[in-house]
Amino acid sequence: MIEVKNIKKSFGEKVVIEDVSAVMKAGQCNLIIGSSGSGKTVLQKCMVGLFEPDEGEVLYDGQNFTEMKGQEKTEIRKEIGMLFQGSALFDSLNVQENVMFPLNMFTKDSYKKKLERVNEVLARVNLVDANKKFPAELSGGMKKRVALARAVVLNPKYLFCDEPNSGLDPLTSLVIDKLIKEITVEYNITTVINTHDMNSVMEIGNYILYMYMGNKEWEGTNKEIIFSKNQRLNDFIFASEFLQDAKDMRMLEETGKISNNRNMEELMDKNAPTLVPPPDEEN
Amino acid sequence: MTIFNDIGRYLLMLKGMFSKPENGKMYWKEFIHQCTEIGFGSLGIVAIISVFIGAVSTIQTAYQLVSPLIPPSTIAQIVRDTVILEFAPTLVSIVLAGVAGSRIASELGNMRVSEQIDALEIMGINTKTYLILPKIVAALLMIPLLVVIAMCLGILGGRLAGTASGIISGSIFDKGLLEFFVPYNVIFALIKAYVFSFIIASIPAFYGYYVKGGALEIGRASTKAVVVSCILILFADYILSALLL
Repeated sequence: MIEVKNIKKSFGEKVVIEDVSAVMKAGQCNLIIGSSGSGKTVLQKCMVGLFEPDEGEVLYDGQNFTEMKGQEKTEIRKEIGMLFQGSALFDSLNVQENVMFPLNMFTKDSYKKKLERVNEVLARVNLVDANKKFPAELSGGMKKRVALARAVVLNPKYLFCDEPNSGLDPLTSLVIDKLIKEITVEYNITTVINTHDMNSVMEIGNYILYMYMGNKEWEGTNKEIIFSKNQRLNDFIFASEFLQDAKDMRMLEETGKISNNRNMEELMDKNAPTLVPPPDEEN
Repeated sequence: MTIFNDIGRYLLMLKGMFSKPENGKMYWKEFIHQCTEIGFGSLGIVAIISVFIGAVSTIQTAYQLVSPLIPPSTIAQIVRDTVILEFAPTLVSIVLAGVAGSRIASELGNMRVSEQIDALEIMGINTKTYLILPKIVAALLMIPLLVVIAMCLGILGGRLAGTASGIISGSIFDKGLLEFFVPYNVIFALIKAYVFSFIIASIPAFYGYYVKGGALEIGRASTKAVVVSCILILFADYILSALLL
């Protein structure tokens, strides 16, 4: 569990986070959402220690991370995995070396054992036969999956994802979301995700923190968000008419007025038969 | 104020480099990688420049020594001392500030901009120790070696040019090389090489490590790193010459 208590952060005169408190639970996907400049990335960077908050505390399972120094901080950081927006893979290393890097740095296991672990996590993110490829040879989705594999290779207790779906097509975004969700539950990780992707909010958001102008505007689950009356949140999440319709549909589903017969597993199954357009659409 | 701020951050960066490595083997690997990049990566350009500088020195010295009272072996003495005292350590270092310095600044700048440094930090790695220290230590080892090679090749280039153009025979050149040789000059050149090595590695590392922005800023940081390194090399050259000669 990660607890954020009264975090404040300014850059010069500009106050980016005013006073934010939240609790991110283990085994859940905790989402931080908000428009650009709302302070969600700064909040996440304060949580992982890339920025020092001006005031407030970040507690990792009750341990005050903000007050820690040197080695103590390093020990907590070894339990953190992070998936960056741009993947942040090391350009000079291939996929295998990238994923093996944390193992090389922090374990004394034999090469064989490390390779087994690398192959295991690469298989977990559905990347096989890509070990010798360099980041420049990978697609955006593959890079994210390699970065996810690297983030979880040391079995972290906490996983941070900064906009994991940015720049990805909708189907690949679904795959990444599904992977993050599965890994979170499987390893009982406290996952914190910064996102703009409304699909992620609806599909994997166990806990959602909506930030507005550096403040916590709303918090709740992906079920509660549908029924929220917060105008700013509704304007942000259901910005388009299409999303408004989707919200209405979801409300009807949640209240049991219509049934949801979508099968996401089938949608993402590559072996499933492709949809054939009706005859009048063929020409 | 910016200059004092930069000096302060530079000193803090140097202080931050000294921490216990998380895994000695990985640091050793990085150090060897940097030795290869800085040493072997610059060997070709250093060799070419040294040979030509030695050759030009011989021809230009001979051109200026027109008096029949000055023995031809003096040409070799002048070439030897010029190459050892100035050309090999200073000129080679200025070239290396361009070759190795810009590479260090752009490599670290790219790592910063693409969040690779943040990724290392979050893993619990001291990035200053892992990324900057091996570069500085590798430069301190490899650049003086390159300077020694430059000395030898510079003198060889001078000899080749002298004999090829008929200015001075090989035997007289060799005799001149041994006359009035002061071993301290080599020590002085090596002291300069060590100081310049530190500048060549640490200044670009500073500009690359703290870069903010995108590709444009990486280019600017790289250029600034080379310019500042060159100025500091020349300034240090003057100070060391004034103090040690």
